[in-house]
Amino acid sequence: MRSNVRYRSLLERAAAAPHMVWSILFIVAPLFFVLYFAITDAEGHITLNNLASLTDYSNIFLLSVSFALIATIICLLIGYPLAYFMSRTGKTTRRVLLLLLMLPMWISLLIRTYSLMALLDNGGLLNSLLVSLGFGRIRIIGTGGAVILGMIYDFLPYMVLPIYTVLTKLDPRYIEAAADLGCNSLQVLGKVIIPLSLPGVISGITMVFVPSISTFYISQKLGGGAFDLIGDTIERQFQHPSTYHTGAAISLVMMILIIISVAIMNRFSDSNSGGFVV
Amino acid sequence: MEKPVLIRLKGISKSFDGETVLDNIDLDIHDEEFITLLGPSGCGKTTTLRIIGGFETPDSGDVFFEGKRINDLPPYRRQVNTVFQRYALFPHLNVFENIAFGLRIKKLSEKEIRTRVKEMLELVNLRGFEKRHVSTLSGGQQQRVAIARALVNNPKVLLLDEPLAALDLKLRKDMQNELKNIQKKTHITFIYVTHDQEEALTMSDTVVVMAEGRIQQIGSPVDIYNEPVNAFSADFIGESNIIDGVMLEDYKAKFSGKVFDCLDFGFEKNEPVDIVIRPEDVDVVPVERGMLVGKVVNVTFKGVHYEVIVDVDDYKWMIQTTDYVAPEATIGIYIEPDAIHVMKKSKYSSLIGDYSSYSEELERLSDVDEIREEPAEERYAE
Ligand SMILES: Nc1ncnc2c1ncn2[C@@H]1O[C@H](COP(=O)(O)OP(=O)(O)OP(=O)(O)O)[C@@H](O)[C@H]1O
Ligand SMILES: [Mg+2]
Repeated sequence: MRSNVRYRSLLERAAAAPHMVWSILFIVAPLFFVLYFAITDAEGHITLNNLASLTDYSNIFLLSVSFALIATIICLLIGYPLAYFMSRTGKTTRRVLLLLLMLPMWISLLIRTYSLMALLDNGGLLNSLLVSLGFGRIRIIGTGGAVILGMIYDFLPYMVLPIYTVLTKLDPRYIEAAADLGCNSLQVLGKVIIPLSLPGVISGITMVFVPSISTFYISQKLGGGAFDLIGDTIERQFQHPSTYHTGAAISLVMMILIIISVAIMNRFSDSNSGGFVV
Repeated sequence: MEKPVLIRLKGISKSFDGETVLDNIDLDIHDEEFITLLGPSGCGKTTTLRIIGGFETPDSGDVFFEGKRINDLPPYRRQVNTVFQRYALFPHLNVFENIAFGLRIKKLSEKEIRTRVKEMLELVNLRGFEKRHVSTLSGGQQQRVAIARALVNNPKVLLLDEPLAALDLKLRKDMQNELKNIQKKTHITFIYVTHDQEEALTMSDTVVVMAEGRIQQIGSPVDIYNEPVNAFSADFIGESNIIDGVMLEDYKAKFSGKVFDCLDFGFEKNEPVDIVIRPEDVDVVPVERGMLVGKVVNVTFKGVHYEVIVDVDDYKWMIQTTDYVAPEATIGIYIEPDAIHVMKKSKYSSLIGDYSSYSEELERLSDVDEIREEPAEERYAE
């Protein structure tokens, strides 16, 4: 028995080895470098100046957080009803909707963003259509709305899918029990379905909020350069070695912000029903 | 005096995927009655209950509540609460909130909710469990929370779908008494579903025997036991010797090659029938006085009586007697005319054999133990 156990644990460790190497090379090491650059200056001396200088970027942080928040809230408002509808509708409708939702995920984010640009551009499909129908053009690209729209368009599936998964697994007996105890369908939704799908909601929020707050591509393309978000700022800093240190400091702060928000989210989901949230 | 009819099922039929599950069910349920649906697994008991609760709509037929047709009334507007077959307690709420659920929907004051939930917890013997999460309860405790959650709403009718199936024997007996007392005290109409014939006989005012989506017999426990209407009923309720026979004329039945006097009449001449004789109605007598003669195959001591299997012309009878008989002995059998129950042949007749394969047959026809999947460990500590 004993040798059996040892043999198994050895095997398990061997199986985990590639992942360990991978993690060290591509996760732990970069993180270490981010930390290192964030707290050193060009000569390699330890300093807090990089972090202190971040006060200049507080507006960018604020803007990024509010864009990501708005996008997340709208995703939730669209995503929850959609997921709910999908979980209750017939098999074929459900499959079609699921496919429509997954299809864009198979295409690169860059290409998706580009296609959205082509749609919304001043000379794009939407405006051509408006003009040919006799309406004037509307300027969308370059507005804050376009950036948020881009985020919603790109990340909506990450909101819908976890909620949908939780809702399909929800035992219909709970719904029957609630109806039996006097709930009309609205009360069933509020008292049973929504509370029981909270883990999916939390995970959806996390999966939309985190990429939204760190994206740089969407704001550059759809914001027409008018909106500097954290992601854009970090990208710019890392394009020149002299500003690596500021870039690393911003990255570090953002990571900490994300970790804090994920931790807060995890608090909301019940300890017993979690499991979705990373 | 008989109470007024509270719920009436009229010609209810229901099928799933082309398979008939309920076939023309007619049933009157009276106010304050304790009525039990009894039958083997899959015979449509739960489906009947779900139609009364409003969770299924019948394909045809009507459901009446106090004279009003309620086919289309949604569950939340029916004055009925259910104890579900597998509890369905809300996993996001603790014991207190589970029980308080219906009261909160009714928007009662916090104080009243508190008092009524407390009362219920006392009633089901779960004092101090308020804050416990339902997933940390044993099967039996969960079942009692489910009972409390339904009962606290003071419904006109309580539907109970095998509520005691997960409890161990002792607790089951206690809860049977408890439920019966609750029913008497609250005057709530109980519609109770069980596989367990003993449970049905001890608790109910009225027993409804079901098989294959049809009602076989409705009656008081005593009537059902003493006057089963067909071989199925007789076999499902208690023990019975069921023998192929022929009704020669009124009051004369022939079986096992002999003609017997009986009290039954109204059959056609020479009509094939099922003869049902309860094991305790058969007397063991010396061979020379026996109406039939057989050889003892097996004797089992059962505490109060012996259970004797006797081979009469290759048909195995079960006899319950307080006098010891030796295995291998040849004995006489004596049957009083009023112990012979003559029944029309039904489609179940061919399914029912003699006592040669006693245990297997019992399992096939009643499945009593099959659903006790959850081990009933009880934790009283705390
Ligand atoms: N929603 C459903 N879809 C398809 N078939 C169903 C459905 N509900 C019940 N049935 C079938 O109807 C039959 C009767 O089921 P029902 O649950 O009423 O039996 P039951 O008498 O309660 O049995 P048990 O004692 O095992 O609980 C079974 O064959 C079952 O498979
Ligand atoms: Mg059932």
